[in-house]
Amino acid sequence: MIAEPVILKVLRNPQSAAVLAPADWDLLLRQARAARLLGRLALLMREHGVAHSLPQQINMHLEGALVVAARHRVAVEWEIGQIKKALDSAGLPLILLKGAAYVAADLAAARGRSFSDVDILVPKARINQAEAALMMHGWGGSHHNAYDQRYYREWMHELPPMQHGKRLTVIDVHHAILPETAASKPDSAKLLAAARALPERPGVMVLQPVDMVIHSACHLFHEEELDKGLRDLTDLDALLRGFSAEPDFWQRLVRRANELDLGRVLFYALRYASRLLHTPVPEEAIHAAAAAAPARPLLAVMDALYCRALMAPHASCSDWLSGPARRTLFVRAHWLRMPPGLLARHLAHKAAVAMKGEE
Amino acid sequence: MNISALPPAELRRRLRSDGLYFRTGAFTTCLRTRLEPVASSFSLLYNDYPLGDGPYADFHVELAPPRNWRRWIRPQIAFLSDGNAPFKPLPRDQAFPMFEWGLNWCVSSQAHHYLMIHAAVIEKNGAAAILPAPPGSGKSTLCAVLIQHGWRLLSDELTLIRRSDSRLIPLPRPVSLKNASIEVMKRYAPNAVFSPSVHDTIKGTVAQMKAPATSVARADEPAHPGLIVFPRYEAGAPLALTPVPRTRAFMRVADNAFNYAQLGSAGFDALAGVVRHSDCYDFRYSVIDEAIQAFDRLSMQAGRS
Repeated sequence: MIAEPVILKVLRNPQSAAVLAPADWDLLLRQARAARLLGRLALLMREHGVAHSLPQQINMHLEGALVVAARHRVAVEWEIGQIKKALDSAGLPLILLKGAAYVAADLAAARGRSFSDVDILVPKARINQAEAALMMHGWGGSHHNAYDQRYYREWMHELPPMQHGKRLTVIDVHHAILPETAASKPDSAKLLAAARALPERPGVMVLQPVDMVIHSACHLFHEEELDKGLRDLTDLDALLRGFSAEPDFWQRLVRRANELDLGRVLFYALRYASRLLHTPVPEEAIHAAAAAAPARPLLAVMDALYCRALMAPHASCSDWLSGPARRTLFVRAHWLRMPPGLLARHLAHKAAVAMKGEE
Repeated sequence: MNISALPPAELRRRLRSDGLYFRTGAFTTCLRTRLEPVASSFSLLYNDYPLGDGPYADFHVELAPPRNWRRWIRPQIAFLSDGNAPFKPLPRDQAFPMFEWGLNWCVSSQAHHYLMIHAAVIEKNGAAAILPAPPGSGKSTLCAVLIQHGWRLLSDELTLIRRSDSRLIPLPRPVSLKNASIEVMKRYAPNAVFSPSVHDTIKGTVAQMKAPATSVARADEPAHPGLIVFPRYEAGAPLALTPVPRTRAFMRVADNAFNYAQLGSAGFDALAGVVRHSDCYDFRYSVIDEAIQAFDRLSMQAGRS
């Protein structure tokens, strides 16, 4: 197993960065950059009063990351406004998911974060309306071949990603948080019914806190490529820390996860967040979530896989099993997405396309 | 201590083992490679640069054969930035130009504490001239000529603007020349040092001209903006210097920026600080000596209007 990466130590205890030697900083900046956590690291260093004591050579990277992160946030704010206009025109509510939701609700999980797209949730019955409204406001579809259209529209839980013609920003329109073909079937109606309006942003909604955590966990532990895995785990860490003061938060969290058929992913989220980032999760919550844990031998395998794949994707955080661990979880994510027959068909199609060199 | 102080064997030992740490302006790079042509071109062009302290580096770069069957047939070379390959591998003889391009990429994709413009920047009499231009406009050739005539080289590719005060931060590295301008410069500056020419690259034939030692020695000295000149080489054309309104120049420079959009309002402010203090011109030339005189006149007047 690998020595504990410096980025984990600093994420757990930002103050500890004050005494790092230049060689440790060299590694820390590289790990943070590889994990897309440079902006978050920069903010932590500023908030904990470490930045000002750093050599300029190191601080300049953090300063640059802060400017880029601030710009990302402005851009997401702008997109939220534009998407709201589009959906308003069709009388649809705007329900934001993931990063954009953290920004709109001004949560700690948004800070220093970068964004590649905006995710929204729309009732399934109205998804065509949402698509048309977005098209009228400048977003266009992607993945135009017949197979991909069918893949998204029949089997997945979202439209093919839509890109804005001028700004080139991407929006993912979801009607559920897992594919239609997945074994777990969280009821989207329940999420929609519990979504919360944001008092300071009329007309913009986000999932209720427990659902936000569960969705974040669901996304991370169904993810195929985990190069942003550590970033997503820090999102979970920030969400859990931020919401833990809510009344009965932990009991409601576990109960809700079970109700949504997502007890297992919540168990993984609590386990690895507390293990890798020392997120303060009460013992009782871990114990309650463990009812959905896999059997011991499987859990040992999952520990070996996730404790590797959730590291920063950097040579200094990897051992000889890191590559196989990432590949195994890639296969597992596909396995969870589709039943075996459909998966075989999907992979056969992708292989044929790859051989023909169409993509 | 400069790289020239390392005996050739020690330089190669460092390149092969933990990497050679060296400083170009504000950045420390750690370079690793086992390729002799890279080692020899590197020691030829970089011997005036200070060694870095290690074990801290802003960029960790490596030139190594990609791990595929091409190792044996028409061998290739990959540029790795901290273990990742941002470009497709190139034929092995292009390794040194690839190092130069790769290091430019490291700066332009990571140094977001600066506003970065794709432009040459040189300085004389306390006024820097920024030369943004598309490839083929003769920007690098003009830059190469002027630094043989008393202008200080800040960079032939990357203009770095410090956001706090809109000063220009030097990054003096070898000047990249291509095709006909290589022979032009070899005739024009017979005492300058050039890397061996490499043929059939994506940019044609390329070679690097060593940066003047005086420019390298002043790499820690930022420059005040004074001029923005959009050069265009046009065979046989008479010299023409046409003022460009600052607002227009602003937009044209922003179009040549690597990270203007990524910096948002911070980028706007940094660029405004530069344009506010600069005289801006379109510059058409065909005769090198006329161009040198014109630039010297401009440097005397810069910032007075």
